[in-house]
Amino acid sequence: MAALFSPFISKPDNVAQIMLRVLLALLPGIALYVWYFGPAILVSITLASITALVTEALMLRLRDRPVMPFLKDNSALLTAWLLALSIPPLAPWWLVVVGTAFAIAIAKQLYGGLGNNPFNPAMVGYAVLIISFPMQMTHWVAPRGLEQGGLVMAELSFAEQLQYIFLAALPQGVTLDAITMATPLDTLKTHLHLEESVQQILNMPIYGQIAGHGSEMVAWGFLFGGLYLFASRIISWHIPVAYLVTLFAIAGIFHLVDPTHYVAPLFHWFSGAAMLGAFFILTDPVSSPTTNKGRLIYAAGAALLTYMIRTFGGFPDGVAFATLLMNISVPLIVLYTQPKVFGKKSKEGKP
Amino acid sequence: MRALYHFHGGIHPPSNKTQSTLLGIAPAPLPSRLIVPFHQHAGEAAKPLVHAGEKVLKGQLIGLPDGFISSAVHAPTSGTIAAIDMQPVAHPSGLPNLCATLIPDGKEEWIPLKVIDYHSLSPAELQQLLRMAGVVGLGGAAFPTDIKLRIGKQKINTLILNAAECEPYITCDDMLMRERAAEIVQGAEMLRFMVDAGEVLVGIEDNKPEAITAMQQAVTDSGMPFEVVSIPTIYPGGGAKQLIRVLTGLEVPSGKLPTDIGVQCFNVATTYSAYRALAHGEPLLSRIVTVTGNVRQARNYEVLIGTPINELVALSEVLPDSNSYIMGGPMMGLPLPTVHVPVIKATNCIIAASEKLFPPPPPALPCIRCTRCVEVCPAELQPQDLYWFAKARDFGKAQAFSLFDCIECGACSYVCPSHIPLVQYYRFAKSEIHAREKEKQTADSARERHEFHLHRIEREKQEKAEKLAAKERAAQAAKSGTTGSAAPNEATDIEVRRAHIRELAQSHVEHSKE
Repeated sequence: MAALFSPFISKPDNVAQIMLRVLLALLPGIALYVWYFGPAILVSITLASITALVTEALMLRLRDRPVMPFLKDNSALLTAWLLALSIPPLAPWWLVVVGTAFAIAIAKQLYGGLGNNPFNPAMVGYAVLIISFPMQMTHWVAPRGLEQGGLVMAELSFAEQLQYIFLAALPQGVTLDAITMATPLDTLKTHLHLEESVQQILNMPIYGQIAGHGSEMVAWGFLFGGLYLFASRIISWHIPVAYLVTLFAIAGIFHLVDPTHYVAPLFHWFSGAAMLGAFFILTDPVSSPTTNKGRLIYAAGAALLTYMIRTFGGFPDGVAFATLLMNISVPLIVLYTQPKVFGKKSKEGKP
Repeated sequence: MRALYHFHGGIHPPSNKTQSTLLGIAPAPLPSRLIVPFHQHAGEAAKPLVHAGEKVLKGQLIGLPDGFISSAVHAPTSGTIAAIDMQPVAHPSGLPNLCATLIPDGKEEWIPLKVIDYHSLSPAELQQLLRMAGVVGLGGAAFPTDIKLRIGKQKINTLILNAAECEPYITCDDMLMRERAAEIVQGAEMLRFMVDAGEVLVGIEDNKPEAITAMQQAVTDSGMPFEVVSIPTIYPGGGAKQLIRVLTGLEVPSGKLPTDIGVQCFNVATTYSAYRALAHGEPLLSRIVTVTGNVRQARNYEVLIGTPINELVALSEVLPDSNSYIMGGPMMGLPLPTVHVPVIKATNCIIAASEKLFPPPPPALPCIRCTRCVEVCPAELQPQDLYWFAKARDFGKAQAFSLFDCIECGACSYVCPSHIPLVQYYRFAKSEIHAREKEKQTADSARERHEFHLHRIEREKQEKAEKLAAKERAAQAAKSGTTGSAAPNEATDIEVRRAHIRELAQSHVEHSKE
């Protein structure tokens, strides 16, 4: 017997494939990450992936749901990768595990699993970590070949990185400060408080052409992957374009008014999680609006919040909190941006 | 070239049409028996006029239209009526229906046919002829054609012949146009005459170049000012509202009919049948049916209404791994409960299905709100929200989100990466809403009855009291007293209301029968 009702044919596509293509789109960014910051990030991605799958399976078991169909949908892996990419690669192993487990168990499965989470699980995981373990969340690796104070910063071998992640043990004679640094966004904020001008700060060696040395290249990687997502019609243009344009506009206004205190808009584009957020995080279909107009409002709101938190807030980056705050408003945005149905556009029925 | 418009969304499923267009239309041989349902059109079933054992001629009226929206049913060939009873038919409900079983005598003996000059008759008379000839929409909905021709005071600017045939696999209209274009054009002129339309447009999807050429040639030969328009191939481009939009740019308002914006649509096969009925006096006895799918030789057949589908598909040699049959196309078709059901007027295509041809969908995953369904919805709905409301049985919300503007084309289900049977949820919600409305009506009439009952008791009490008072008054003013004239009036009023209640009670019984 064929299916019991029409249609009897369907497009050969499925959720697992969509998620897989999003994972693939992350690869250029990850490759550049490894090139500039060493292979430690691969360790956290692997750790997060394993934790995500195990947590997902356990929760599905507890919820009495079929395990295999959901494990194979790749959505837990995507959450894991996005979270791993948001936290410092040299973070202790348990940080990754706690964050990922929280994201999957609480933010995703307790809300009903795939398709039912109002918040982006990866961003919930990030928020929990940054609030609970702010210290460990600052262990950002310095990019390779970076000089600081006239000295080339120490570089750890892969084995040494593993040793630090799992055992918190550093090689003899190397201090934590010698291998880690504050993020470019954080450095900017700290030095602005020290009454330095933007121009002075950007002359520091941790900055590259546009934003942070190395990290700006990783952002290019995510931009490239994001364009692939757009080209393969997994995401529409609305969220990335509205997000980046709004971020550029607001940063541009502040920069034009006072360039010594407010950094140029391109710096914001290529710093922190802006590119990752624009193409990979805010575009999560489950936790973002379903109407095109709603997507524009949502992304513009997220950009505004990102800028506010980065510039005036206390956290190093604003993408995660901006995403979560806009996630809350999604039902309202969707309700007020319902498009007109065919046949209800005008009283006369004219095109 | 006419400027064409777009409708939102749509999909491009594999068309699978070529396999059934390699050979011309073949007349299907006379089957061993014919099962003719009395209800094969939208509206009320026809009333049986024959009984078992009776001999009938080809084209003889065996079912009389019963009710405003109804149509006639005829004997497809000459022979003997073997039975009038309930038989399995192709219907979504899966319930059997009243049918006449006819054993052909092989003589194909016609009733005397009347040829008429349609110009000498009024549109109303022609409509009556079509009704008695059993002409209904052959595109799939089987709506009585005469009803669609009763325009009333509205002015029809554009008459559209729907020849889009957008569903995959189906080619019956395509082949009909290739082979019988001249008759279709004549039929179109008759329909145009009846609705007094200004222009006539024939919309054909551009994946049917032979049909387009044939129709263009026929229009040129006839000298009619009709226009054959090649429209882009996109499913569901043959939906009436979508076709109207593409050809005229007009949007049929929600809850309204095309005639409200001066447009009327007829399927080409319907047009052809109208021509046969009016120009030759032939009632609708046969139609073109595509037999395709998992068969050795897909082909179009001219088939008598009532032909058992098992006998029809045998002509195309069904391959052994076929496990079910679909009536209609793969997007909106109906799975047949058994292959022993008859061909009806709405049967445009029979697809033999196999596991390989239509693999069962993988288990559905939750909706991830990817909105691919929104992108393809021709009604510009939010299918993911409708699904959510239907699933939660939040029917009020579903209606507020325009559930009833859904045309059930299936484009949303086709693209859904979670393989959710979305259309099935909408069908469920719609039928639940209908059932609840019916229930409410019944409850309302019961409540009215009860309220009136109380009212009557109250009034009778009052009347008694008044009569008593009147008597007393009459006794007091013994000689000059007259009784009021209000009482008889009130009595008739009560009679009218009682009749009304009887009527309500009757309709209540009818409802509960359904």
